[in-house]
Amino acid sequence: MASSRVITHPLSRRQLLKGGAALGIGSAAALGLRPAWANPWGQANTYAKGIEEGPEVALAIRRESLDIDGKQARPISINGTSPGPLIRLKEGQDAVLRVTNLLDEPTSIHWHGLILPPGMDGVPGVSFAGIEPGETFTYRIPIRQNGTYWYHSHSGMQEQLGHAGPLIIDAAEREPFRYDREHVLLLTDWTFEDPMSVFRNLKTAEGYYNFQERTIADFFADVREKGFAATADMRGMWAKMRMSSRDIADVTGSTYTYLLNGHSPGENWTALFKAGERIRLRVINGSAMSYFDVRIPGLKMTVVAADGQPVQPVPVDEFRIAVAETYDVLVTPEDDTAYTIFAESMDRSGYARATLAPREGMESDIPERRRIADRGMEAMGAHGMAGMDHSGMEGMDHSGMEGMDHSGMEGMDHSGMEGMDHSGMQGMDHGGGGMTKETSKTRENGMLASGEAQPGSRYGQAGIGIDPEERRVLVYRDLKAFTPWPDRREPGREMELHLTGNMERYMWSFDGKKFSEVTGPIHFEKDERLRLILVNDTMMEHPIHLHGMWMELENGQGELIPRKHTLNVKPGERVSALITADAEGSWAFHCHLLYHMDAGMFRVVKVS
Amino acid sequence: MKTNIAMSAAGAMLAILMTSPAYAEDGYDAPADWPAPMAEHNMAMGLFDRLEYAVPDKGEEALVWDFQAWYGGDVNRIYLKSEGENVQGDGEDAEFESLELLYSRLVSDFWELQGGIGYQGGVFSDDHAERTYGVVGLQGVMPYGIETNLAFQVSDEGDVSASIEGEYDLRLTQRLYLQPRTEIALAASEVEAFGVGEGLNSVRVGMRLGYEVTRRIAPYVGVYWEKRYGDTADLARHHGDPTEDSGVVAGVRMMF
Repeated sequence: MASSRVITHPLSRRQLLKGGAALGIGSAAALGLRPAWANPWGQANTYAKGIEEGPEVALAIRRESLDIDGKQARPISINGTSPGPLIRLKEGQDAVLRVTNLLDEPTSIHWHGLILPPGMDGVPGVSFAGIEPGETFTYRIPIRQNGTYWYHSHSGMQEQLGHAGPLIIDAAEREPFRYDREHVLLLTDWTFEDPMSVFRNLKTAEGYYNFQERTIADFFADVREKGFAATADMRGMWAKMRMSSRDIADVTGSTYTYLLNGHSPGENWTALFKAGERIRLRVINGSAMSYFDVRIPGLKMTVVAADGQPVQPVPVDEFRIAVAETYDVLVTPEDDTAYTIFAESMDRSGYARATLAPREGMESDIPERRRIADRGMEAMGAHGMAGMDHSGMEGMDHSGMEGMDHSGMEGMDHSGMEGMDHSGMQGMDHGGGGMTKETSKTRENGMLASGEAQPGSRYGQAGIGIDPEERRVLVYRDLKAFTPWPDRREPGREMELHLTGNMERYMWSFDGKKFSEVTGPIHFEKDERLRLILVNDTMMEHPIHLHGMWMELENGQGELIPRKHTLNVKPGERVSALITADAEGSWAFHCHLLYHMDAGMFRVVKVS
Repeated sequence: MKTNIAMSAAGAMLAILMTSPAYAEDGYDAPADWPAPMAEHNMAMGLFDRLEYAVPDKGEEALVWDFQAWYGGDVNRIYLKSEGENVQGDGEDAEFESLELLYSRLVSDFWELQGGIGYQGGVFSDDHAERTYGVVGLQGVMPYGIETNLAFQVSDEGDVSASIEGEYDLRLTQRLYLQPRTEIALAASEVEAFGVGEGLNSVRVGMRLGYEVTRRIAPYVGVYWEKRYGDTADLARHHGDPTEDSGVVAGVRMMF
């Protein structure tokens, strides 16, 4: 698709919406208990129950028996559906959202990605007391942004029970692209187990859900391919660290049924279109624990927004969506045929699937799942280099980049680079190359110029299990805003946080301390401009979410860096974001993998 | 069994667990009646690492168990551990080789330091000689994934002994595993009533092949070999017991 074409024309979605309202009534019954936003004809042509239009919205939270994948389940429902209804607001509205708790335990709703007053953010213990059983809490939110977002419970593990839903804010002004029809694609991971028991399994039995561990057969296969010495070296290193290179997802398809708009792959939810239409897919990863790789074989996708914020169009074949991220993509199916929407879990243990088709009842081939990948040296390096990170980075704070070039790189060289395989090497080379280049872009105070990629970042890589040769996959470096964000100040200071963990005990933390072990909040000075540097010392990906303020991801795009609410930090990676601390109050800051957060990877940021 | 000692030790351990740090809701002006945003969960788990029927070449058939359970958080835990057997057809009740109540603290990523009290003797019977002892140990995972338990015991009579156990899971398929296992017992002084001599007492080596029906239940079959050394071997000969034996086992590993 020619990307230039996408940007120009005005949209006429509103008219379509009105016209379609009458058509929708009949199909509501056919939908049964499914949320109506997951209607086959999409928002543009029809809607009925199940879409809550702002500015005034009432939501009732219940635990009830509903079918999931044809089996009886006990999810948490919102207005009778799980996942919940689409909440549709308009930029400029003052939304009033009344949430009534009909559970027998406290609940909450957090509006993920919204910039709002601190008391309305919906995190019990940080923004308010939570919503007690039988109580109604009224959220009053001035809506001053637009795009694709979502909402979910921030109480206990309710999110895993389906307490989540999509949230769309229609733009007050014309968006930089147009489309004929839109569909929401909400990805979730459902388990018939009690979430607390999932957590307990993770805590008490490492690798409980991993049925793709390396076996002796893999060893011999590697020996045939790479030779005995290289294989033994590599396996020796992993074994020495007491870790598994197949640890890609903590909770896998062995317990999860991956759902798309609440439907299992077998149920094949269908999104309808007419050939030649341009369709906006609003893809939301509302999973508790699962990253997905999304593609539609036969269709090029054009990424037009990330985390609700418009980006310059990027044509891709596939994109990885971290937990809690959202991406808006445009597709234009020219043929009167069915296309499979395929969302493969990052560890390849399962997939979510739907069909984009001109008529109901059609389907297309389901692609083969790829084999699980083995983590390479970049993940191991992260772990081995924990010591180096501290010394190296301290050097950086004081004496700037040059100091880091020497001490940091030397440290890296010493920390077990021998025996690295080629893929790992590339990653490191990349970081190293970047480092030399960036040195010239430091400012007088030794800090990197705004928008430059951090040394140690891998914005050019999609991550584990992706072969960039196979197809064009979105990477963070591709994301480019249309115009610079309003605050053009250089950061006044840098704050570095390490993402840390103990895999064996399933303890997760920032800077080695679980939430229960820290004594105070992270402090941002009111209205300061700062650079947050995140260093992943673990061998897992972490989607890091800051509430209340945007993070401008310094992906090397200079003035046009994108802004996000959730940053995926790959193993061993070092990323940074610029933050304008204009939101006075206390805000949650955490890893959005539910069980990582519950295991301690959570902090409070206080802006004052 | 000296129950009052056990009770007071258990009480002390509970007190330690209770005083572990609470939530850090301080520091950001949250009203006192707000809940903590993240709750810390104490957990419990039990494991029969071995629950098996052993058929030796020379000795008597026996039902053998190796059990441990813990309760607590990430760092501080209480452990209950027990190994023992019920020799079949000897007309005696089952015997605890060890029954230990331990306080355990995570001291590094992979290691727990443990200390507490133990009991050796009959299970609810006077069929066997009994003694109590204090125990200090280290439990964890060595590089290369070898699960290790190292323990020093001092009995109420002042007798010192030590044991080392190590086992490793070699994954053949996603559910089938081969588990080599070694157990070495040492003592500083002879204790005739328990058949313990000075120096190296015994070495036990085993190999089990298990199948994880679920992650929590894995039936297995296996073989083992054991040998007694030095004074311990002499004591065994004196009682007419074999000094070296081997056998087959069938059992189940169960996690709760």
